[in-house]
Amino acid sequence: MSWEVVIGLETHARLSTVSKMFSGAATAFGAAPNTQASAVDIALPGVLPVANRGAVERAIRFGLAVGGRIHDRSIFARKNYFYPDLPKGYQISQYEQPIVTGGTIRIGDGESEKQVRLTRAHLEEDAGKSLHEDFHGMSGIDLNRAGTPLLEIVTEPDLRSADEAVAYAKALHALVRWIGICDGNMQEGSFRCDANVSLRRPGEPLGTRCEIKNLNSFRFLERAIQYEIARQREILEDGGRIVQETRLYDPDRDQTRSMRSKEDAQDYRYFPDPDLLPLAVSASWIAEVAHDLPELPEARRARFVEQYGLTAYDAGVLIAAREISDYFDALARRLPQQAKLAANWIMGEVSARLNRDGLEFDRIPLSAERLAELLARVADGTLSGKMAREVFDAMWNGEGSAEQIIESRGLRQISDSHALEQLVAEVVAANPAQVAEYRSGREKAFNFLVGQCMKASRGKANPAQLSEILKEALAS
Amino acid sequence: MLLSVEDVQRIATLARIAVPERDIDRIAGELQAIFGLIEQMQAVDTRGVEPMAHAQDVVLRLRPDAVSESDRREQFQAVAASVEAGLYLVPKVIE
Repeated sequence: MSWEVVIGLETHARLSTVSKMFSGAATAFGAAPNTQASAVDIALPGVLPVANRGAVERAIRFGLAVGGRIHDRSIFARKNYFYPDLPKGYQISQYEQPIVTGGTIRIGDGESEKQVRLTRAHLEEDAGKSLHEDFHGMSGIDLNRAGTPLLEIVTEPDLRSADEAVAYAKALHALVRWIGICDGNMQEGSFRCDANVSLRRPGEPLGTRCEIKNLNSFRFLERAIQYEIARQREILEDGGRIVQETRLYDPDRDQTRSMRSKEDAQDYRYFPDPDLLPLAVSASWIAEVAHDLPELPEARRARFVEQYGLTAYDAGVLIAAREISDYFDALARRLPQQAKLAANWIMGEVSARLNRDGLEFDRIPLSAERLAELLARVADGTLSGKMAREVFDAMWNGEGSAEQIIESRGLRQISDSHALEQLVAEVVAANPAQVAEYRSGREKAFNFLVGQCMKASRGKANPAQLSEILKEALAS
Repeated sequence: MLLSVEDVQRIATLARIAVPERDIDRIAGELQAIFGLIEQMQAVDTRGVEPMAHAQDVVLRLRPDAVSESDRREQFQAVAASVEAGLYLVPKVIE
């Protein structure tokens, strides 16, 4: 009998504000320890938190982008626990009344499409950082990160495999970057996932779950869930029971291990923070934010299919990141009749080159305008596919515009009709058998003759013009 | 609700307060008295009344997203018990 895997994800996205959630300290990554920790962040007695409008605005943006409900009132609560990198002894979070509830994220494409339901998204502050390297047997505390605004995004238990969990995480990652609320830098911890994993027999109630904490790469997310599924299946099939617990993924050993069990589960004793009044979000504020929202991935995907005639699959690939889709859009606007060519070039040559050079799309050395000039020369027959790749290489290496490279390398196709006529005459004279075949009605021989002419021109003959001249020569 | 010895110990653990064995009964009694007050309040019929998160019926004031604090590490760390390489040093804790 098979098992059904049930996964829910909680993701912490660090919001891209310049200052902290409740203080005016900077949030820039990589500053010297404790130089961006204000009196509020280090919890000196008597200080009071003042909430950041920019962080709230980003939460609204997210709520709009996922089609969730943005509440006109939400409440900040204290989540109490003791740890040295949490100077107040509590984290300010939202508990009973979060700013956003509901909404969905679409994963997959075409037939395997699925809407993942979101439970909620709430605002909270990050903790500081503990460094356990040896400081004479002590731990070092850096509070620069303390108080940085986070949006915690929680799904319903809608995911059914490690693949789906990764697809969701990638879609969410692309979305938060798309709408500009989080830089998505996973190495710096700007986007971290916790996964709740359980197994059950299909149709039965949910099984006991384990939570795997702090997965900061898509690969770790996938591996940790796969390991956890195998671990739980083995226990259940041996007739054992799953113990509800929090586990940590160890990438070096590729396994999860217990961090704390339910008995040791933290009792956070949430209560409304008396220092913070209810957060009010007016309808006019929401409307203002909605007005400034960029075209969203789903809308853009539909438009690419509609406007440029792309397949749903191609459109799906192109909206994987806003930079890619912006680039395609700029390219396709210049070449509206050649959108498929543009899409193929982006998914083919351009992606391969970026990969090879280890570059992200936002660092592409070739503007859409420049690439459009090259593709226009492909479309009008100036360049063959092979020539185009050579020009592309040279453009990528900064050797100039498509026109300049075509000129300097003599790559222009032969479009001089006199030269082509001469070339055709020679080929016709040299291949009497194929010419006779064509004249007796065998169309196939024509392609052979075109091939011979191309070869004679070393690939430079303009195919359309060549075809016309050859037809004329054969008719006479 | 009647508080057990275990309840008192757990509350003390959560609050990181050391409670000597001999004080537990006395503290249980004091907490029980507080519970009495809470029970009295809970006896009030609040059906249909929306809970308030704050005693005043006003909403949160927001500040613009701008950096207004400069680095004051030196002043802050002047009163810290132990500091090294810009870090606050604390007894080692590993969860």
